[in-house]
Amino acid sequence: MKGWKDLEIGAITKAGSADEYNTGSWRAFRPQWIEENCIQCLFCWIYCPDSAVTVKDGKRGEFDYLHCKGCGICARECPGKKGKKAIVMVEEGK
Amino acid sequence: MGKKLAVTGNQAVAEAMRQINPDVCAAYPITPSTEVMQRFASFVADGKVDTELVTVESEHSAMSACIGAAAAGGRVMTATSSQGLALMWEMLHIASGMRFPIVMPLVNRALSAPINIHGDHSDGMGSRDCGWIQLFSENGQEAYDNLIQAIRIAEHDDVRLPAMVCMDGFIISHSIESMEYLPDDVVRNFIGEFRPKNPLLDIENPVTYGPLVLPDFFMEFKRQQHEAMLNVKDVVLDVAREFEKISGRGYGLFEAYRLDDAELALVILNSAAGTAKDVIDEYREKGIKVGLLKPRLFRPFPYKEVAEALSSARVIGVLDRADSLGGFGPMYMEISSAMTTNGAKPLMINKIYGLGGRDFMPEHVVQVIDELKEIAETGNIRLQKDFLGVRE
Ligand code: SF4
Ligand code: SF4
Repeated sequence: MKGWKDLEIGAITKAGSADEYNTGSWRAFRPQWIEENCIQCLFCWIYCPDSAVTVKDGKRGEFDYLHCKGCGICARECPGKKGKKAIVMVEEGK
Repeated sequence: MGKKLAVTGNQAVAEAMRQINPDVCAAYPITPSTEVMQRFASFVADGKVDTELVTVESEHSAMSACIGAAAAGGRVMTATSSQGLALMWEMLHIASGMRFPIVMPLVNRALSAPINIHGDHSDGMGSRDCGWIQLFSENGQEAYDNLIQAIRIAEHDDVRLPAMVCMDGFIISHSIESMEYLPDDVVRNFIGEFRPKNPLLDIENPVTYGPLVLPDFFMEFKRQQHEAMLNVKDVVLDVAREFEKISGRGYGLFEAYRLDDAELALVILNSAAGTAKDVIDEYREKGIKVGLLKPRLFRPFPYKEVAEALSSARVIGVLDRADSLGGFGPMYMEISSAMTTNGAKPLMINKIYGLGGRDFMPEHVVQVIDELKEIAETGNIRLQKDFLGVRE
């Protein structure tokens, strides 16, 4: 890790660098994706206040747990299939 | 050379601001500093400066706006006093932590309660740990000169820290003295163009301001700020040398008045130091070796240099125009710390004076010097900390 002599003064860093850091370490609940209930509506991707839902070729992939804060918005907005949620929140460490 | 005029301290500070011509000023009025921004606002209205003047709804907002403007890449100033500075407190740390060279005249005034509008140093001393450079000024001339030098000090590449320039409320801010203004072009050449660092308005090179820094990096950033503070001393002296060339007025880290061979020493900030000098002259005529140290740079505090300057003193009286209630006055604590750096063990007393603008008279200086004399003769200190001119 950088020492004080090498750090940018005033903690002014290059923009858009959060990608390089683990910012999700303090999450208390983690979203869990249940693929069989997913209808690929991508509501979770739209609503996530971070960018912790990965999408490739128009289809959602796994959560990016290095950046997901566990807010649960995706789980709440997820319509799921036939009343069965495709995202549930699970307590970390359990 | 410059123009000689009779002006108030506030007027002199406003004139320095006009000559500095900052990009942005954000201000909220508070006695006794109101006149500074009032006069500056006239300069803005009359087109004498190019400054964007932002009139905000509180001092917290004033400092916030200054921080925003500094992040955008501007040379930024404001002015305040007392409760105004207290309300800025949260943002003072942000200005210094983000390393913005904001420069602010602080017209020293007591803090409430009881409410009082007059001069003492409790506002400035209360903010001594906020990471700002603090320069103190005995009179209007020094406040004017310090403000111009503060721009160069704060903006120096080895520093990049905010600076406040203190002068005594009413005693200096509202008193008319004769002083000298430098010509506009001389001031402008001296301060030079502002060179912003990581300006937010430079959209080609985007940066992040204010990231969350947790225990893994926080101390490194504080250590970095301390280093910048340690660099201030040399920069202050370099800038002072250059300033002497354009003004003929010399400045140091402090003023040592008849201190070389002094066995008794006083330490006093700002306007009261002027009163003390006259009394010291009278004692010197009687053959009593007494001198004065008037600190100029209070943050960072030049411990080693102060200890050297006071090395001949056997008894030191430190006068504080602010109190750390239940502790010693802030200047006394610094002088005590300084005296541990060179092994000298002078006897020391602390006098709290002038709170809430209580007059500080020559007879108070006489009282303290006589007490220092008695301590030198007997080796006895009656009361280490006491108050001057307080009714029982
Ligand atoms: S829990 Fe919150 S942060 Fe994590 S993926 Fe869902 S919406 Fe995004
Ligand atoms: S909101 Fe639910 S259903 Fe829609 S894509 Fe996300 S996980 Fe699948």
